[in-house]
Amino acid sequence: MIIFDVVDSSGNVRTVEVPEGINLNLMEVLKASEYPILATCGGMALCATCQVEVAQGSENLPSPTDVELDMLDQLPRATTQSRLACQIKIHENLNGAIFNLASA
Amino acid sequence: MITTDICVIGAGPVGLFSVFEAGLLKMRCHLVDVLPVIGGQLSEIYPKKPIYDIPGYPEIKAEDLVENLRQQIVPFKPTFSLGERVETLGKSEDGDFLLTTSDRMEIKAKVVVIAGGLGCFEPRKPELARLEYFEGKGVDYIVKDPEKFRSKKLVIAGGGDSALDWAIHLTEIAEQVTLVHRNESFRGAPDSTEKVFHLAKAGRLNLLLNSNLHALEGNGVLKSVDIINKQGVVNRVDADYMIPLFGLSPKLGPIGEWGLNIDKSAIEVNTFDYSTNVPGIYAIGDINTYPGKLKLILCGFHEAALMAQSAFKQVHPNQKLSFKYTTVNGVNAF
Repeated sequence: MIIFDVVDSSGNVRTVEVPEGINLNLMEVLKASEYPILATCGGMALCATCQVEVAQGSENLPSPTDVELDMLDQLPRATTQSRLACQIKIHENLNGAIFNLASA
Repeated sequence: MITTDICVIGAGPVGLFSVFEAGLLKMRCHLVDVLPVIGGQLSEIYPKKPIYDIPGYPEIKAEDLVENLRQQIVPFKPTFSLGERVETLGKSEDGDFLLTTSDRMEIKAKVVVIAGGLGCFEPRKPELARLEYFEGKGVDYIVKDPEKFRSKKLVIAGGGDSALDWAIHLTEIAEQVTLVHRNESFRGAPDSTEKVFHLAKAGRLNLLLNSNLHALEGNGVLKSVDIINKQGVVNRVDADYMIPLFGLSPKLGPIGEWGLNIDKSAIEVNTFDYSTNVPGIYAIGDINTYPGKLKLILCGFHEAALMAQSAFKQVHPNQKLSFKYTTVNGVNAF
């Protein structure tokens, strides 16, 4: 199991468990876990409606691609910890991470 | 005024194919799209990308699929309003739908088919108190006519290419330009970045890096913008106009105000015929939702076929519809 925490917009923390080897991205897992993420563009890094802040564990994630950085760079409230959930593949490197949806 | 059987909102792949399915049943279509070209996302976002799940095509480039669809509907002579957005939808006295576009074009149709994909791309807005209040009173999201800003004081916010390009251009016209960006560097085109730093060094551009918009001030019209830096220091800058340029984000737009049942920015439909809760209005493709919905072009094609069968009963209430294969009947051009 891959285990990480998600902080929703009201500040509630919930632990999410995902089986290893699942071919999904974080946006898809958050949607499936009933978080109110629009993900309008379906994962093409175009709408930024799946923006999350990596409160812990960002150093373990692969660096964002140019496409993701270009989109993040446009967002008014993005920080250095901001990522697009659709661009983060579910992988063991997410173990112990904390994703904050409050700023999304 | 354009009079047609079906008004299709959205000229992406599914909107285009709905013309074919409607045409087989002898219904005419007029298409409206906010983009200046047909093809929707396929033309605007990924024209050169290959698509692998169009039946019969092991691989096809998005722009080639759009061209094929365009050819496929030629026999049915569709008409287009491109670069226009449908703003209002109402009913005429005889019960037909009456739509008006952003260019004040009027369209009269018996059936409306919403094939709007992701919706309209609208400017992304910063989170600021009283932002809506200042819209049109100093806050502009697009630069339509640069002359409007002649001899004015401007605050431009954003770090993308359009923020850089407008900041450079408007220094020629405006009295004072302040560019606010939350990072210390830009990811835009290197020569634009170089120009911005050069203008800042020459004192012709007030460049505030590592900074964010904080508050808007003014009584009736915008007077100044408060900008906060990473250290938390607030800097008040005089401004006649503020232009936030944070890119575009897909929104449902006016469609959301037509009394349709909406769930998470998608239109709820009945999978029997992809009709909405408003009789005579259908929603097909990425913009609709139903249990098991898959946002795939091929699913949109199927939805278009079933929609057309149902729309026929609205367009020709007194005629009987008999289903015919194209292999038997061919394609009979208008």
